[in-house]
Amino acid sequence: MTDISATELIREGPHRRTQTFRKLIAIPQAVYGLVVIGITLFAAIFAPWIAPFDPESMDFDNLLVGISESHWLGSDQMGRDTLSRLISGAQIALIVSLGAVGIGVLIGVPLGLISVYFRGFIDDVIMRFMDSLVVFPSLLIAVGLAAAMGGSLISVILAIGIANVPWMARVIRSQGLSIREMDYVAAAEAGGMSHIRIIVRHILPNSVSPVIVQSTLSMGYAVLTEAALGFIGVGIQPPTPTWGNMLQQAFPMLDQQPLLSIVPGIAIFLLVLAFNFLGDALRDVLDPRLKGVIH
Amino acid sequence: MNSTAVIRVKDLKKYFPVRKGVFGRTVGHVHAVDGVSFDINEVETLGLVGESGCGKSTVGRTLIRLLEPTSGSIYLGNDELTHLHSKDLRPHRKKMQMIFQDPFASLDPRMTARDIVGELLDVHDGLTRKEKDRRVAELFERVGLRSNQMDNYPHEFSGGQRQRLGIARALSLRPQVIICDEPVSALDVSIQAQVVNLLAELQAELGLSYLFISHDLAVVKHISHRVAIMYLGRIVEIGTRRDLFENPQHPYTESLLSAVPIPDPKARRKVRVLQGDVPSPINRPKGCHFHTRCPYATDRCEREDPVMHDITSSHAVACHLR
Repeated sequence: MTDISATELIREGPHRRTQTFRKLIAIPQAVYGLVVIGITLFAAIFAPWIAPFDPESMDFDNLLVGISESHWLGSDQMGRDTLSRLISGAQIALIVSLGAVGIGVLIGVPLGLISVYFRGFIDDVIMRFMDSLVVFPSLLIAVGLAAAMGGSLISVILAIGIANVPWMARVIRSQGLSIREMDYVAAAEAGGMSHIRIIVRHILPNSVSPVIVQSTLSMGYAVLTEAALGFIGVGIQPPTPTWGNMLQQAFPMLDQQPLLSIVPGIAIFLLVLAFNFLGDALRDVLDPRLKGVIH
Repeated sequence: MNSTAVIRVKDLKKYFPVRKGVFGRTVGHVHAVDGVSFDINEVETLGLVGESGCGKSTVGRTLIRLLEPTSGSIYLGNDELTHLHSKDLRPHRKKMQMIFQDPFASLDPRMTARDIVGELLDVHDGLTRKEKDRRVAELFERVGLRSNQMDNYPHEFSGGQRQRLGIARALSLRPQVIICDEPVSALDVSIQAQVVNLLAELQAELGLSYLFISHDLAVVKHISHRVAIMYLGRIVEIGTRRDLFENPQHPYTESLLSAVPIPDPKARRKVRVLQGDVPSPINRPKGCHFHTRCPYATDRCEREDPVMHDITSSHAVACHLR
C-alpha cells in the first residue's frame, strides 16, 4: 500500500508543530485571520480597561452622534457608546463561538470515534441520529430553545453547539475510517490493547487535523449565527450588547444614523472572514489533499 | 496429530457477507477461507502460499482473532480461542503476535520508536518506566537497531528498519507464535534476505513458531519447514518443504513451482502457464475449484469436490488424480 495518505503521514516529523506554524504564517490569509482574531481576543479580555464608557450606561445629551472625539464610533438612540458596546459584544461573540464549538467537539468527536471504531450497527445508529440532527438548522433549534428557556447566552451556545455536533462527528469519522484500517491499529488490537486505549492513542491523534480545521470554520459560522439570532430577537436579550442585537436595534435608525448598523456589520464581517481564512489556511497546511475543496 | 503442536486449526471458515440494496440484504458470501485445517509445531515455520485473493491473509487475521471466524476452531496449545471474547482473549493475545506487510502502515506515524515497541508492554506487564526502557533497549538490540534511534519517528527509518521495529513490537510480549503476513513483500530484495534471516535467527534463539504468509515461493522455500498451498479459500496441498518442492502432487502446486524464476539466464525449462483467472470467491465453480484452470481436469473434477488425503505421513493433497 503506497497511497498518498500513508506517505503524507510519514513525512510528518517530530517538529511538526513548529513546522505547521511556519507554513501557516507564510499564508497571508492566515496572518490576517490570526491578527483579527488576536485583536478581538485582546479587546474581549481587556474590555473593562479598554472600553471608554460603560456599554450599558445611557447619555441622553449625546443621542445618535456620529464619529466624534468623545464617541469614536458614535452613539445609539439611547446615547450608549458604540465602541464600548462593540468591545463588549466581542466578548459575547468569542464566548458563543468557543462554547458552541466546544460542545460540538466534546460531543461530536467521541461519538464519531465510537462510530468509526466499532462500525456496524453502532455506527449506523449514531450516524443516522447525526443525520437527523442535521435536519434541524441551528436557527430552528435556537428559536425552540429561546421559546423554552428564554433567549440567553446559554440557550444560544446550546443551540449553535447542538447544530455543530453532527458535523464534528462526520468529519472525524470520515478521517478515522482510513485510520481504522491501518495495520498499527490491527497490531494494537492483536496486542490486546483495550478499545478506549486504541481510540485515544492511535485513532484520535491521527484523525484530529480535519477537526481542527472544521472547528475554526465553525467558529466563524457561530459568530454569524449568533448575529442572526440576535437580529431576529431570539438570541441574547438587550440590554446585554451583542453584535446581533446591536444590528437589530440599529435597524430602525438606518436612515438617521447608518453608522450604527455599519459598525457591528463590519465587525461581524471581519471576524467571520478571519475565522474562515484561518480555517482554509489550516486546511491547506494540515491536509494538503483537500486544497481547493469548497467547504 | 503431533502432540507438540502450538497451533491447531480445524476446518476454519471465514465468509464475508455481500450486501446489496437499501436494506443491506445479504445476497451472497465471499468464501475467503473455506474449511482450512493445519497444525504448527513448536519452533516450526509453516509457509502459507497462494495467489492474491486466495484468502491467505484472512487465515492469518482470523487466526489472531482480528476477524471473527464464521466457523471452525482455533487451538493455542490446549486452549480453544475460537469463541473467547475481548477480556478472556487478552491473556492469550500475549502468546500470538503479528508482523505486517506494509512497514508504512504498521507503525503509528505520530509515535516514537520507543513508544511503538513498548506500547504493548504497558498493556500486559505492569513494568516500571526503568524496566520498560531496559526491555525496549533489549528488543532494539535483538532486532539489530541502534538504541540511539529510540526517540526517532517511523519516517526517519528505512523500510527494512521499520520492519525490524514491527518485529520488535511483536517480540515485546515474548510470544510463542508469530503470524508473518507477507513480512518481506514490500521490501527490496537485498533487504528481504536480512529480514528473513533475522526471523530465522530469532526462531532459533527464542523457540518461536511462525505462520509465514507469502506469495513468494523462493522466500517460503528458504524459511519454511512445512508449506501449505492455498487456492480459493482452501488448502490444496500441505507437506514438508521437501515434499512440496521436490514432489509436488497438486497440479496447482506444479504450475506455481514452474513459475518461480530461476536466477540463471541460460536455464530453460517447460513452464506450465495457467490459463484464465482465479474464479470469483462469491460464485465458485462446482466440484474441484481448480478444474476450470487445471490441464488434467476430468468429468469427475467438475462434479465432485476432492477430499484432502494423505500421500505420505507428512504430505497431503486434495486432488482426484492422486
